[in-house]
Amino acid sequence: MKNNKWGLILLGLAIFVIGVTFPFWYGKEKTAPPALSLETPEIAGSADKKCVEDKAFMRANHMKLLNAWRDEAVREGKRIYTAKDGRTFEKSLTGSCIRCHSNKEQFCDRCHNYVGAKPSCFDCHIVPAEVKK
Amino acid sequence: MTPNRRDFLKIAGASALTIMTPAIFVPAWAKNSIVMPPGQGLAPQKALAAKRWAMAVDLTKCTANCADCIVACHAIHNVPEFGNPKDEVKWIWTEPFASVFPGESPAYSGEKLQKMRPPVFCNHCENPPCVRVCPTKATFRRSDGIVMMDYHRCIGCRLCMAACPYGARSMNYRDPRPFTAKINPDFPTRTKGVVEKCNFCEERLAKGTLPACVEACRQKALTFGDADDPRSDIRRLLETRFSLRRRAHLGTGPQIYYLL
Amino acid sequence: MLEKALKGNRGYWIWIACLILVATVGFFFYLRQLDYGLGITGMSRDVSWGLYIAQFTFLVGVAASAVMLVLPYYLHDYKAFGRITVLGEFLAVSAVVMCILFVFVDLGRPSRVMNVLLHPQPKSILFWDMIVLSGYLLINLITGWVVLACTKKEVPPPGWVKPIIYLSIPWAISIHTVTAFIYAGLPGRGFWLTAIMAPRFLASAFASGPALLILVCLILKRWGCFDAGEKAIQTLAKIVAYALAVSIFFVLVELFTVFYSQIPEHMHHFQYLFAGLDGRYNLVAWMWTFAVLSIAAFVILIFPGVRRKESWLALACVLVFVSLWIEKGLGLVITGFIPSPLGAITEYSPTGPEIAITLGVWAAGFLMLTLFYRIFTSVHFERENR
Repeated sequence: MKNNKWGLILLGLAIFVIGVTFPFWYGKEKTAPPALSLETPEIAGSADKKCVEDKAFMRANHMKLLNAWRDEAVREGKRIYTAKDGRTFEKSLTGSCIRCHSNKEQFCDRCHNYVGAKPSCFDCHIVPAEVKK
Repeated sequence: MTPNRRDFLKIAGASALTIMTPAIFVPAWAKNSIVMPPGQGLAPQKALAAKRWAMAVDLTKCTANCADCIVACHAIHNVPEFGNPKDEVKWIWTEPFASVFPGESPAYSGEKLQKMRPPVFCNHCENPPCVRVCPTKATFRRSDGIVMMDYHRCIGCRLCMAACPYGARSMNYRDPRPFTAKINPDFPTRTKGVVEKCNFCEERLAKGTLPACVEACRQKALTFGDADDPRSDIRRLLETRFSLRRRAHLGTGPQIYYLL
Repeated sequence: MLEKALKGNRGYWIWIACLILVATVGFFFYLRQLDYGLGITGMSRDVSWGLYIAQFTFLVGVAASAVMLVLPYYLHDYKAFGRITVLGEFLAVSAVVMCILFVFVDLGRPSRVMNVLLHPQPKSILFWDMIVLSGYLLINLITGWVVLACTKKEVPPPGWVKPIIYLSIPWAISIHTVTAFIYAGLPGRGFWLTAIMAPRFLASAFASGPALLILVCLILKRWGCFDAGEKAIQTLAKIVAYALAVSIFFVLVELFTVFYSQIPEHMHHFQYLFAGLDGRYNLVAWMWTFAVLSIAAFVILIFPGVRRKESWLALACVLVFVSLWIEKGLGLVITGFIPSPLGAITEYSPTGPEIAITLGVWAAGFLMLTLFYRIFTSVHFERENR
C-alpha cells in the first residue's frame, strides 16, 4: 500500500514546488523592469533636480520614510523633515513627493504594478493631476 | 499512524511558532534599520501654537439661514455629500437651540432664542470620552487641546461615535470620493470605513492661518484662540460675557463656548 | 477525535449542508459589504451600531453561560453536571467564535484589526474585550477538548487542566462584565449609563445560555443518542427560571428608576421602546413581544409539574432564548442611540445583506457547534455501548 502512495506523493510534491516557484521562473524574459519617467514640469523647472534623499535610499526605503513621516506629522505634529544634506521638506505625500512626481501613472504605478504592490495611500492622498481631470 | 500524527502536529506547531517569532520582532528592528537623518521634528516657524485651543461662538451675531462656516469647512476638507441622512458625513452643522442645549430652553424664552440654530461641531474636550475608548489610539488628544484623528490607524469600530455625548462624529459608510463634488488637492480625502470629525483646522494652524470657519464667517461670530492665554481675544470674551457649553455637567470639559 | 464529526446519518448531513449554504451566502454578502462599505447595512450616523453588535452582545452572554455547568460541578462536586460540562464548554467556544466574527464583520477597516494589539490602549474597554474573549476561547477550547479526550480514553483528566477550568469561572464572569462596561462607561448615552448594566447582562446570560443548553440536551436525547440525565436538565431549568426572574426584575427596576425620577433624557429611551416617541415606534411591537414571551416562559418554568414535561420545558426554553435575544439584541444596543445626543430619532432597520451576513455568522457558529457535539455524542456513545 505504501508503494502505491509514493507515486502520488512525489507527483503532489512536484506540482507544489512548480506552483510555489512559478512567479520566479515564469515570465523572466517576458517582462522587463519598467522605465520610470521623470518628465514632469516641476522636475524640469527645478534647479537641482534632487529628491528628498538619493535614488538608492529612496528606492529601498521610501515606504519606511513615508510611514515615519505619517506618524511624526499626524501624531506628533512634527511637520518638517531635514534631509541628509540639510534641505528641509514638509512631510507630505501630496505636498512634497507628488509635487515633483506629479506623473503618478508613469512613475509610481510603473514599479508598483510590476512588483504587484498595491499601496492604499492614494485612496486618501490626492494626486492633483488625477483630480483635476 | 496515530502516535506519529500527534508528534507530527506537535513538531509542525512548534516550527510554525519558531518561524513566526522573528516576524513579531521585525517591526522593532525595522525602525532601527532605517537611518533617519538628523533635524526632524521642527514645527514650521509660522505655525500657530497654544496651550489650550478653544472657540467662542457669539450667538447674538450668528444669523439663522447662514451656512458660511459649513460651506467653507466642508469644501476645504473634502467632506462628502452623500445626499441622505443615513450615510451623512458632517463636520459642522446647525441644530435647533433646544437640541444643542437640552433642558435649557424654557417655554417663555422669546422667538429669537427658540428659532436660533447654533452651529455645532466637535468640542475638542479636555476630558474626551472618545479618546478614552478608542482601542487603537486612532483618536488622541494633542497637548494643545486639539482632539485629532489618525485616519491611518482607525479600524472603524465606531466606539468613539457611541462615546461622544455630542454626536459630533461621522462614519464613512461608503467611499466618499465619488460624492465629493470639488476635491481640494491640498487636503486628503478619507476612505470608507473610518470615522471623521472637525479637526480645528490643525493643518491651517500649522501654516499660521485661522480655522476656515472662523475666517469664512461674515458676521465674525466665531472667535478662535488660546483660552490659556489671559491676553487672547477669546479669554477676554469669556471673562466679560456669559457662555454656555454643551452638556458640561458630564465632565467632558468641552472647549466650544456659546456666548449669549 | 475530529474524524468522528465526519460520520452521520442523512439528517445530520442535510443539517450540515444547510448550515454551509447559509454561511456561504452570508460570506458572499460580506464580500459585497467589503466592496460597498458598511453603508450596505441599515446603520446610520445616529444609529452607528446595529444588528452585528447586537448579536455580539447577546452571544457573549451565551458564551459566559458555560460557567453555569462548570461552577456547580468543579467547585461543588454536583455530579449530575459531570457528563455535560464539555457541552457547555463547546457551546462557549462556538459562541465566542460567533462574537469575534460579528465584531469583525462590523469593522469599517477589518484589515487593520491587529492595530488593537499593535497599538494597545489599555484605557479602552474594547482592548480588554479582545483580550478576555481570546483568552476565554482558548480556555474553553483546551478544557473541553482535553476533558472529552480523557473521557474517550477513560482516564481522569490531567492535573494541569484543573487550574485552567477553575480560571474559566471568573473569566466567564469577566467577559460579560467587560462587554457590559463597553456600554456602561459612556457618559453621553443615558440609556446605558447604569451600574446595573453588568448585572443585567449576567442575569440574561445565565437565562439564555442554559436555555439553549437544555434545548441542545433535548435534541441530543432525541437524535444524538445521548441522555444528559433528568436531574441535570431539571437543575438547568431551575437555573434558567431563577436567572429569568432576576432578568425581568432588573428590567422592572430600571423602569422604576427612570420613570419615578422623571428625567426626560432617561425616560425618552424607554418611552421609545415601549410606547413609541414622536410617532416613531419601530421597536414597540418587539419589546411587548419580549415582555409577553418572557413572562410566559417564567410562568411555565416556576411550576415543577409543568417544568418536568419535556415539551413544555422545550417551549419555555425557546421563549426564554427568543425574548432575551429581543431584549439584549434589539432593546439594548439599538435603543442606546435613539434618541440621539441631539434629541433626534433616527430609526434603524437591518437591510437584506445585513441579515444575510448575520445569518451566515450564526450558521457558521452552529456549524461549529454541530461538529463539536457530533464528536461529543460519538465519544459517549462508543463509551457507553461497548
